[in-house]
Amino acid sequence: MASVASSIDTVSGSAVRPRRYMDRKSLVPLLLFLPPALLLFTVFVVLPMIDAGTFSFFDWTGYGPITDFVGFDNYEDVITHRNFGTAVRNSLIVVAVSLLIQLPLAMWAAIALSERGTHVNILRTIFFVPYMLAEIAAGLIWKFVYDGNYGLVPIIGDAIGQKLPFVLADKLWVIPAIMLVIIWKYFGFHMMIYIAGLQSIPSEVIEAARLDGVKKWKIVWHIKLPMIWSAIVVSVFFSITGALQLFDLIIPLTGGGPQNTSHTIVTFLYQFGILRMKLGFGGAVSVMLFIACVIVAIVYRRLLFRAEQT
Amino acid sequence: MSAPPLPTGTKRRRPTVSAFQWFTMLVIAAFIIVPFYTTALGGFKEIGELRVNPFGLPASWDPVRFTEIIFGPTYMRSLGNSLFIAVGTVILSTLISSMAAFAFAHIKFFGSKFLMGYLLLGLLFPSATAILPLFIKMRDLGLLDKHLGIIIVQVAFSLSFSILLFHNFFKELPKELIDAARMDNCGYLRIYWYITLPLCLPIIATVGVFNFVGSWNSFLLPLITLNTDANYTWPLGIMQFQGQYGSDWPRILAYLTLSILPAIAFFLLAQRYIISGLTGGAVKG
Repeated sequence: MASVASSIDTVSGSAVRPRRYMDRKSLVPLLLFLPPALLLFTVFVVLPMIDAGTFSFFDWTGYGPITDFVGFDNYEDVITHRNFGTAVRNSLIVVAVSLLIQLPLAMWAAIALSERGTHVNILRTIFFVPYMLAEIAAGLIWKFVYDGNYGLVPIIGDAIGQKLPFVLADKLWVIPAIMLVIIWKYFGFHMMIYIAGLQSIPSEVIEAARLDGVKKWKIVWHIKLPMIWSAIVVSVFFSITGALQLFDLIIPLTGGGPQNTSHTIVTFLYQFGILRMKLGFGGAVSVMLFIACVIVAIVYRRLLFRAEQT
Repeated sequence: MSAPPLPTGTKRRRPTVSAFQWFTMLVIAAFIIVPFYTTALGGFKEIGELRVNPFGLPASWDPVRFTEIIFGPTYMRSLGNSLFIAVGTVILSTLISSMAAFAFAHIKFFGSKFLMGYLLLGLLFPSATAILPLFIKMRDLGLLDKHLGIIIVQVAFSLSFSILLFHNFFKELPKELIDAARMDNCGYLRIYWYITLPLCLPIIATVGVFNFVGSWNSFLLPLITLNTDANYTWPLGIMQFQGQYGSDWPRILAYLTLSILPAIAFFLLAQRYIISGLTGGAVKG
């Protein structure tokens, strides 16, 4: 903001600084421009978050006064809930698979498609379309693909002469099946971030290395990847926050089943907090989710900061 | 490029992308396309046909399921509801967040940094986090089962990201322009309306398209707040339809196809803005 002041001073040709910025002229626009955003944000984003914290210490059904203080009982209920462990574990699996399979795949595609060309553009668009699709639609498409009677899985089963299970109703297969949908849906998004990073590398750098006879994959490993480190950090961040809020995709696919084995944190919150209007219980889940998000955000800023330093 | 001449005389660095890489790209492309392809054709097939002829063309192109859905009670109405909510969200969000970003970028006042940091807090956590207290809040304000309620909440949750994008863009505008206007006794309101906004059409398009897609696809908020069928958005409509027809897949696939088509058409038109919003927001954020 100091630069604004100094540039105004130089333009007006005076070296003195006693400009009154809070003059009447800027007060009226301020009173017009800021309150709508501040009001909406406070009422519908910040206050509910604070309420979640309050509710989490009470036993409340949503009606009447909030009086029944229960300390940390709600947190205990959540942590000892039969399905909470599964939900957390599933969310962690989503993170792990994203980092170990989805992001490398996205990088592989980005490296192949970062240079300009028509067929390259077509492929990029194809890879990106699932990301634009509503999760609900993607989930229903794959529910069909996985359908054990009419979908594509039994057809693959016929082809290899095996009777394949109803994957979405099978405790063992349901998580890998969901992971495949997640990769299908989101890898194009990460690819786009990487492509933007790769295209910002000055071509002289790559050209120079190439003329020096550096092998292609050595260029990728030693030049390209380090130079797009911040893009990688960003996509890791999105993978983790995406995994933490995964909901829309799970509902049409399994609704958390079979036997509650495919819950994520948010479907758990929905199933056991929202549908039963257990505000204290839901509040405790919200607070834990919030803390997890804040930790992720702090680590992310640190990493990004380090990336910009190097 | 003064390398020893090659037999073909072409440029030396030809194989930047190897055949193997191309092969994997085509495999991935097939993996992406096949579910869409079978969905689109599935709406024309009989249920038995799905099993015996999954990839081939349907025996008949009778569009009866599609017309039934289009002229049925839910499809058009739910699309209309979604459209209304998305347009409302985009207009309000663009206006409110660009005004706030303008104030932060061009008006110097005490607490500006603090307030901007406050409004960007929303980037920290997803909207699903406090959905239950949000539900209570909307109930107390009488916003349940109303499109307006969804619009307002979606605008509130879009603010952080939109303000960030607008602010990044407004900062880059030449300061001299604003200063000159101020010299000529042009108030901030007029600067905002007549100078900043017209210069910022690209970023308005980006933010607008972005919020439009987010609103169009949103599921959790309408799911929790809407309870009258007539108010349902299309994701709720399609879930209800699916629940109603169980495993009558041809019918569901037809409904899916009809629901996806407008989104894909929109995406192909607006793709540029979506990508610049993603990468711009992501890289600068």
